[in-house]
Amino acid sequence: MDVRETLLPGVGLCFEFDNADGDRIGVIAHRKGDFEVLVYTAADPDKASRVFRLTDREAEAMGQILGAPRMVERFADLTKEVPGLDAGQVEVGAASPYAGRPLGQTQARTRTGASIVAIVRDEQVLASPGPDEVLHTHDVLVVIGTADGIAAVRHLIDQG
Amino acid sequence: MAVSAPLLLELGAILIVLTVLGTAARRFGLSPIPLYLLAGLFLGTGGIAPVPAAAEFVTTGASIGVVLLLLTLGLEFSLGEFSTSLRRHLPSAAVDLLLNAVPGAVAGWLLGLDAVGILALAGITYISSSGVIARLLGDLGRLGNRETPAVLSVLVLEDFAMAAYLPLLTVLASGGTWQQALLWMAVALSALALAFLVSYRWGHHVGRLLAHPEDEQLLLRILGLTLIVAAVAEHLHASAAVGAFLVGLTLTGPTADRARVVLTPLRDLFAAVFFVAIGLTVAPADLLPMLPVAVALAAVTAVTKVLTGAYAARREGAARRGQIRAGTALIARGEFSLVIIGLVSASVDTIGAVATPYVFLLAIAGPLLARLAK
Repeated sequence: MDVRETLLPGVGLCFEFDNADGDRIGVIAHRKGDFEVLVYTAADPDKASRVFRLTDREAEAMGQILGAPRMVERFADLTKEVPGLDAGQVEVGAASPYAGRPLGQTQARTRTGASIVAIVRDEQVLASPGPDEVLHTHDVLVVIGTADGIAAVRHLIDQG
Repeated sequence: MAVSAPLLLELGAILIVLTVLGTAARRFGLSPIPLYLLAGLFLGTGGIAPVPAAAEFVTTGASIGVVLLLLTLGLEFSLGEFSTSLRRHLPSAAVDLLLNAVPGAVAGWLLGLDAVGILALAGITYISSSGVIARLLGDLGRLGNRETPAVLSVLVLEDFAMAAYLPLLTVLASGGTWQQALLWMAVALSALALAFLVSYRWGHHVGRLLAHPEDEQLLLRILGLTLIVAAVAEHLHASAAVGAFLVGLTLTGPTADRARVVLTPLRDLFAAVFFVAIGLTVAPADLLPMLPVAVALAAVTAVTKVLTGAYAARREGAARRGQIRAGTALIARGEFSLVIIGLVSASVDTIGAVATPYVFLLAIAGPLLARLAK
């Protein structure tokens, strides 16, 4: 997929790409941190009409929605080949006893049999995190194991 | 400390009038600048409401307004954006200069102005209002359009040209020779290069020196430094505006981002005061005889800006409709044409009478025409 990047002096950056349906989609990243999502009209390919605007926090949330499931999907492909193996996501809630503590202290692998294979934090994905990796509130853990094992990790992260 | 009740009352009344006018302008999607000019015109001697107590504050505030306008312009600037604009749109900038400065110069010559007046009028017709236009493109949702990078690049290059133009004009306006003026232009450009170098290599150090977690301290530091540099530049006949512009250029990164946020309300206040002050210096009686000249000049330079925008947009690969959108967007003249009027109105009388209605017309017609070009 080709993404065209154009500098808008004094405003920010504009990214453009075509989707599979043939729509030309644009995203303007404003210097101030907010975003605009646009669609170029068929009648005049030079003209973009705004679909919606996002503040920086909304854009971050949207990025997580668009980014995180794809992670899980990729693992889901893998798990299809092994019967009984499943993938899931567990969010570190504000009330979690492990927020602010290293991953190793959860002893998730030993206690549940399931593995935490990645941490999704903001827009970043930390693949195969080490035991020293400190968990933050709102981190999303990507877990691979049996369905029971994943449920156990969720319980462990939520309630210790 | 004696409180001057008339001063407070008059100043308060001026600000209320400005906000009523500004709200009305915004309702129709227009820039408030022309109405601020009109307010200034009707105030003061010869107008309907003389403001003896506030006049002194308005005059003092106006020079701070110019400094803040140029400081925030410098803060917006980035070396990367400038070099990208220069690479892609150097021919557009040349077309812009040729098509839009020449009509002003010819008009000045026909009016029998001296060299300073001709140079000033050329600058006034050349420089589009980056403030009005950037806001307009955002309001109309045109930032993602194919022609928009062309419009913004032309504006960046125009703003940059001001750094060379302002010292040239101020030295000549204050009675210097062409040799002195060119010398000061060279000095300002060297200072600009130095400011770029400093901001590129040591910008974060300068930023750290000025940075402070409290907004109040940041505001005082940046404003203090800017006013001192502006005063030194003015003393050396290189214009306070250029000094302030250089300070803005030197600041980069997070300090510049925060400075913009902290300074914007102050800039808005003093820039409005500056626009009123420009209106104040023009006597309504002088306007009428010059009105046909202003209208004709506005019509000609509206067309030349459309041609400029169309040329620049064609370089970005925009089709006919995009080219017209770009051209009409560039028509608006505003704050920087007024800065030029402010610089020379003391030495050349006719300038204010021609150029103030000229800016007034194009600050209204520009956004309207841009809106019509769908």
